[in-house]
Amino acid sequence: MEKLYVLVVDDEPGICSGITRILSKFSVGFPFMDENIGFEVRETFTGEDALRIIDERVPDIILLDNKLPGIPGIEVLEFINKKRLDTIVLMITSYASLELAVKATNQGAHDFIPKPFTPQELRSAIESVTKHIFLRKMTRKLNKEGKQIRFQFLSVLSHELKAPLNAIEGYLRIMQDRQAGSDLSAYDKILERSLVRVKGMRNLILDLLDLTKIESGKKKREVVPVNISDIAKISIDTMGPISIQKDVRIYLTAPEKVMFEADQEEFEIIFNNLISNAIKYNIEGGRVDCIIEDKPDKLLITVKDSGIGMNEDEIPGLFEEFVRIRNEQTKNITGSGLGLSIVRKLTALYKGEVSVESNPGEGSTFRLVFPRK
Amino acid sequence: MDDSKKTILLVDDDVDYLFQTRLNIEQFGFRVITAESQSDAEKLIETVRPDLAILDLMMENDDSGFILAFKLKRKYPDVPVIIATAVASETGMSFSGNFQEDRSWIRADLYIEKGIRADQLHREIEKLLKI
Repeated sequence: MEKLYVLVVDDEPGICSGITRILSKFSVGFPFMDENIGFEVRETFTGEDALRIIDERVPDIILLDNKLPGIPGIEVLEFINKKRLDTIVLMITSYASLELAVKATNQGAHDFIPKPFTPQELRSAIESVTKHIFLRKMTRKLNKEGKQIRFQFLSVLSHELKAPLNAIEGYLRIMQDRQAGSDLSAYDKILERSLVRVKGMRNLILDLLDLTKIESGKKKREVVPVNISDIAKISIDTMGPISIQKDVRIYLTAPEKVMFEADQEEFEIIFNNLISNAIKYNIEGGRVDCIIEDKPDKLLITVKDSGIGMNEDEIPGLFEEFVRIRNEQTKNITGSGLGLSIVRKLTALYKGEVSVESNPGEGSTFRLVFPRK
Repeated sequence: MDDSKKTILLVDDDVDYLFQTRLNIEQFGFRVITAESQSDAEKLIETVRPDLAILDLMMENDDSGFILAFKLKRKYPDVPVIIATAVASETGMSFSGNFQEDRSWIRADLYIEKGIRADQLHREIEKLLKI
């Protein structure tokens, strides 16, 4: 059990030992915490000793009496405030004047416990401080992790954006130096590759915009009853050209009308990503099945391909940003590495879930389940 | 095959970068062997000892280049290694954020930005090969 370190500064031995007795048997738990937090108590009778003890190791909580034999509690508080120590001070005081209360609050006292107090009053004061400390710790930790994730995202993003720029720049230099002679047709392959990289970069930027819109929550959503089957048809039409290029046929199995409360554009993005993946990672002459099922309590969308599939090692992380399967079969397939992370994020907006099943050489099946409200 | 030519191992998963860099390095007068992934490169160096290696940093893994550099140096301690990366130095991010832990095992002789000019690359290669 994690223990908070509590220092009691009071010249009345009875108060000190009373607090120690109550807190050593007390622990605080909240539904969102894995385990309870207990307390380790140290006692001291003077402000001078308190300063020395605080200097050794900063307590998480200090219970501080103002009326002490030597320097008063308020001076101990000033010391803590000046040093900006990471601790929480509760003043215990018998005849709290308004003046003292204002002064102590200005010096950063967290709260007051009027003396005499009952064990229950002490426990509830400590409980509230413990919750405060726990949440503050968690917030700091999350902020730090958030920054870390952001940093990683930016570093991968800069890599993904610079790679095509470098490739295009390299080809332009080859042409500038006429490295393949003065006949323009000698540069056909170079031009074609440059255009492929430009297109890849544009797709990356478009995907990135989708992702930013979802993440910032600023995208204007229009959630109204829409016919999911119609959206699937639009998406299949959009994917027509690339399916013809790859000789992949797309089959839609869906009731004529499947109404669902959704933003049309978001479902188009979902279908576009899943269907274009199903085509890109397919074999020549393969097929894609898009199946929509209308259940009373949920909407099911399945996109199944007869493509190259994935092995078990490749599936974890598939829905993370910039994760792409890299192997001999996929090296000529372009993609931003953002599509499936967009699908997952959009699905989550509808409290839905996305899962995948795949076998190498047989194909992959993506299943989306959206609960009906 | 001209045995007097030095062999440069070029590893990158970007086929365009591979094509262009190979073209440049061949024009400098070197022999070029290539691999398109960390795993292919690992197989290649089992049988071939290059005179110098130019490795992309991020391939299958975010630190593929570092791993390859380590394995290459373990097998051929004298082979100079250049790590090429497109990670933007101008953003203040020298390498991916994942490498805050111990870096002492990373053994590269030189780091270059991928946009480097051909003549600069030529100079750096010659310097490392002590030509």
